[in-house]
Amino acid sequence: MNWFERILPPKVKTTGRGGKKGVPEGVWNNCSSCQAVLYAVELTHSLQVCPKCNHHMRMGAKERLSSFLDDDSMVPIAESVGSLDVLKFKDQKKYKDRLADAKKSSQSSEALLAASGSVKGVNVTVTAFEFKFMGGSMGAVVGERFVQAANHSFENHQPMICFSASGGARMQEALFSLMQMAKTTAAISRLRANSIPFFSVLTDPTMGGVSASLAMLGDVIISEPHALVGFAGPRVIEQTVRETLPDGFQRAEFLLEHGAVDMIVDRREMRDSIAALLEKMGFGPND
Amino acid sequence: MSLDYLDFEKPIAELEEKIVELQRASSSSNLDLEREINSLRSRNHESTKAIFSKLGAWQITQLARHPRRPYTLDYIERIVTDFQELHGDRMFADDPAIVSGLGKMGGRNVAIIGHQKGRDTKERTRRNFGMPRPEGYRKAQRIMRLAERFHMPVVTLIDTPGAYPGVDAEERGQSEAIATSLEVMATLKTPIVSVVIGEGGSGGALAIGVCDKLMMLEYATYSVISPEGCASILWKSAAKAPEAAEAMKVTTKDLSRLGLVDEVIKEPLGGAHRDYDAISEAVKNAINQSLDALCEDSNEVLMDKRYQRLTGFGQFELKK
Repeated sequence: MNWFERILPPKVKTTGRGGKKGVPEGVWNNCSSCQAVLYAVELTHSLQVCPKCNHHMRMGAKERLSSFLDDDSMVPIAESVGSLDVLKFKDQKKYKDRLADAKKSSQSSEALLAASGSVKGVNVTVTAFEFKFMGGSMGAVVGERFVQAANHSFENHQPMICFSASGGARMQEALFSLMQMAKTTAAISRLRANSIPFFSVLTDPTMGGVSASLAMLGDVIISEPHALVGFAGPRVIEQTVRETLPDGFQRAEFLLEHGAVDMIVDRREMRDSIAALLEKMGFGPND
Repeated sequence: MSLDYLDFEKPIAELEEKIVELQRASSSSNLDLEREINSLRSRNHESTKAIFSKLGAWQITQLARHPRRPYTLDYIERIVTDFQELHGDRMFADDPAIVSGLGKMGGRNVAIIGHQKGRDTKERTRRNFGMPRPEGYRKAQRIMRLAERFHMPVVTLIDTPGAYPGVDAEERGQSEAIATSLEVMATLKTPIVSVVIGEGGSGGALAIGVCDKLMMLEYATYSVISPEGCASILWKSAAKAPEAAEAMKVTTKDLSRLGLVDEVIKEPLGGAHRDYDAISEAVKNAINQSLDALCEDSNEVLMDKRYQRLTGFGQFELKK
């Protein structure tokens, strides 16, 4: 809500929020933190970081991969791996229907996308979670795509980078989803044994089973500013300890202070930062 | 009704009470009621069998959490000889929610690690209801590394509602501790056998459950989130936990059918808590047999099989 809306009683409003007559939808966006009205093109250019307050808004997996990798270098990996509803899971809604809805609303084939490409001329494999796809939850497809990406890194001896954004394991896949923690970990351990760097980038939010497996196993762990990262969700903790949590609890800055991450990096400097680290670890640009 | 009985065991409890009454009457009045008592006993046996032959996922969840259910130390006492407990993560504290140490099983030296719940209020608090903090997992990692160096197989007993969701646990890196435990177990060059003896609660369970062979007791459960947690998120009401338990296939029977569990260990009639010695014997035999088989493989073969096993979890379709 901006100041004008706050003053204006809701009943007076006749058009939708932020939707001025004659202006096509999506041209203007609000910063989700400072509420500044931002030109959408400008926001895309600034990688969904508010130019006014530097707030890092959530970024979709597709945009993440294409903006992180060098132009025209991206080659998708494991795209053909799709979900199966083995358990015929049904809560208030069928899992099958949830999957179909998620595909539509997120415009993504699953909660993890993987690609090969280069960043500042260094060949890398990149995976990115799509939070809009069922909260970026990790099920069998996420696990398999991650492993195939790690295999690609292994076979080509090139670094792997993962951008996490996930609520944790996918409940609808029950124990199968829990086992993805072990599966992704095994793949990372093989990279580790072969001195192939695995970088984990934590973005808002990275929780539960994803945080407690692949996201915390980076040779280098980088967080975006102010990202929420933790094992248990703040609400669960509040219910357990029965007290309100301190400001900034489980935020990137809290993690840095407690020694859980190596550095906090602005999204607009992520390519430079990672390429510079990789170069020092012996993975420089190709000739 | 005594605390020993769950709601669905009411008919069993009632018969049990009658038997006790008759026994009292027979000893105080010198009446010979043995025939009646025996007939009640056999009726009770039949009714227990009937009830336990068709337990639902929620009933099994209650059995897995039964306050009298044998815990890790009850098993260690019965299946491990010359057990010596080893404490502490060498960094911050000793976490009593995880017990670890060295001992002998079937002529072999083993490292044994398990979640430990408490029996009474004081002990429950001390053990934090079997919910480990990061130092518990770090202690487990340390003992596993030690086992690897001295060529001992690792046996883990799983029984936790989950890793502790607390401010201190987050501050000290609960996620990192669990993740690193997974990695240690994925790469440990010695056989690992895990047995879910009660509750297999999510990441907190898996953190000591990455293994070469996974076994579950007949009335144990293993799930990605507690039925209550799942219900409150997907059904918007924790009261729907029984539905969530059913949908998540948390029982040994279902998980074994799905290929996620390698071996089922049968429990005595009425559940493990009815006969500690019998269930311990069964657990001991299952572990020893599993280790016999696993110890035949060279480290190379063992590691290769484990990698294939771990990366093989989950089904998916390949489009196009």
